Amino acid sequence: MTAGGTRQLQYRVAMREAMREALLADERVFLMGEDVGAYGGCFAVSLGLFEEFGPERIRDTPLSELAFVGAGIGAALGGMRPIVEIMTVNFSLLALDQILNNAATLSHMSGGQFAIPLVIRIPTGGGRQLAAQHSHSLEGWYAHIPGLRVLAPATVEDARGMLAPALADPNPVLIFEHVLLYNVEEEVPLEPATVDIASAAIRRGGRDVSLITYGGSLPLVLEAAAELATAGIDAEVIDLRVLRPLDERTVLESVTRTHRAVVVDEGWRSGSLSAEISARIMERAFFDLDAPVQRICSVEVPVPYAQQLEEAARPRASEVVRVARALVEGRPVDG
Amino acid sequence: MTSPSIDRDHAVQLMREMTRIRRFEEKCAELYSAGKIRGFLHLYVGEEAIATGVMRALEADDAVVATYREHGHALARGINANALMAEMYGRVEGVSHGRGGSMHVFDAATRFYGGNAIVGGGLPLAVGLALADKMQGRNRVTACFFGEGAIAEGAFHESMNLAAVWQLPVLFCCENNLYAMGTALARSESETDLVLKAAAFDVAAWPVDGMDVLAVEQHARRAVDVVRAGSGPVFLELRTYRFRAHSMYDPDRYRGREEIEHWRERDPLVTFPASMPDFLDQATLDGIERDVAAEIEAAIAFAEAGSLEAAADLERFVTMDRVPS
Ligand SMILES: Cc1ncc(C[n+]2csc(CCOP(=O)(O)OP(=O)(O)O)c2C)c(N)n1
Repeated sequence: MTAGGTRQLQYRVAMREAMREALLADERVFLMGEDVGAYGGCFAVSLGLFEEFGPERIRDTPLSELAFVGAGIGAALGGMRPIVEIMTVNFSLLALDQILNNAATLSHMSGGQFAIPLVIRIPTGGGRQLAAQHSHSLEGWYAHIPGLRVLAPATVEDARGMLAPALADPNPVLIFEHVLLYNVEEEVPLEPATVDIASAAIRRGGRDVSLITYGGSLPLVLEAAAELATAGIDAEVIDLRVLRPLDERTVLESVTRTHRAVVVDEGWRSGSLSAEISARIMERAFFDLDAPVQRICSVEVPVPYAQQLEEAARPRASEVVRVARALVEGRPVDG
Repeated sequence: MTSPSIDRDHAVQLMREMTRIRRFEEKCAELYSAGKIRGFLHLYVGEEAIATGVMRALEADDAVVATYREHGHALARGINANALMAEMYGRVEGVSHGRGGSMHVFDAATRFYGGNAIVGGGLPLAVGLALADKMQGRNRVTACFFGEGAIAEGAFHESMNLAAVWQLPVLFCCENNLYAMGTALARSESETDLVLKAAAFDVAAWPVDGMDVLAVEQHARRAVDVVRAGSGPVFLELRTYRFRAHSMYDPDRYRGREEIEHWRERDPLVTFPASMPDFLDQATLDGIERDVAAEIEAAIAFAEAGSLEAAADLERFVTMDRVPS
């Protein structure tokens, strides 16, 4: 048994520790991406790894998302266990061809002759006034693609623990790290916990309403739940953790108990992950619902630079509180 | 040009390989018209000398990445004609279990990584396979085939640069058949000298007469030696021509009959035996044709007798439960 001690750990450092551990544990693991090495990583996640592991294993790439993501796929086919970092999710679009047409496809199309044990880490999301080419939340698009596993660590413990099982997965795994989480510090056990990459987590138990979210929206949803508690509303908070394949059971069981659901997703509403969750609740738990499923998403605009506009575009805790209260009190949500 | 210094066996092997590819594909065209083969079908007719020559320069544990026009590469690489034909038929006995069809031939046993139908899509894969070899200290070569049309894609430029800057063991084989579907090279590239383009990445590059199977083999051996020595990638521009349309859907309106006839005079299945009358006399050629015909008939019988994968297995291998060894 461990002594049960804890320590403060930052999300960014947790991910770095996880990578370091993987690099030490397995010769086949290497990290590649733009400025992951000498620069230290554009979000400083890989800071210090270059010095420790050298330029072969902490491999700076040219600005060639298509080629280095594709090279990660090829290297995985060739027996390596690559971790590819793409600077931000908007840039991943330049590699979308390789991710969909090769990484997600080759195993099935080859009749199971090949596996692609590849991890791609992608910072995602807004909130830092980086405007419309650096702030989007496109993980829902990737969650559309069969053949991928899509993870969204929302806690420091998950940031620390998800990489190892992702590397052990014989399939391509995408890890989306919300940029607002990098500075978050949490108390974690001294001995890193093993976490699974299959199930959602109930971050707060409750009876009155299920608040379903993931990634960068978890903090604001927990904040909303705390505020609801002061109003006597007991909200359950579900962190999806795994966006594909979805842990439908945890969601449905929760909704069956609370009879109400609000989905909070930083992606745009139309055709979103929130739409998928909502649809599954309708399909599988319709008769358990006391009210229509509600969604709180980003406003459907390219994320603007100006602070007040960006804030207005993103899901807010106050909105979660307002909608959840209306549901629980049996009032119409609008108006 | 062609070195006369090969022996009879060698000549027969080259001729047999080119003949296999030609006859296999001619049969595929017939089977396509008969509705036995569906989807897209891109034939390699006219270009056989390239796959035949390059594959001879590779070792068994080298890797091959190819395009949708890959039947010739598959056969020359040693993929069984039965499994290839069964794939065309969409049978589970096919080399990709019938999931890929003509454009997506995969074979772990011969390290054949597709069959990629995204123009340029295979190049980054080849770079990664070579990176894995280099990082693991394995002295293997990855040969990557693509058409000249792919040179307009960003994937080409990114991959060439990456392979060059990391000095990776990739043999880039650009099969320049002058047309990307209906678009002639000069209508899509400002610089039509492909060797110059490769040289811009500081990659060793040279042109090869892709209609001359001996020249292809010689140059491929030289190139593979350079790559295997660890001197970084090599780019070969293999100059060739496809005698048939781009695919079975293509009405071939964009090139003149004269041009096609001109290139047909360079048909390697005609010029090669003509250059080696002592080794490839009529009786020998007839023998090759007989053997090849029997092999193809057997392949068709195999495919016809093949089974269809059950729809219940539709979702198999979307994800894998382990990395196949
Ligand atoms: C990214 C992409 N764009 C367009 C196409 C459609 N397409 C298929 S083959 C082809 C021509 C490619 O020509 P080339 O690379 O010279 O090869 P060839 O067919 O002559 O062997 C095109 C445009 C495609 N498959 N992929």
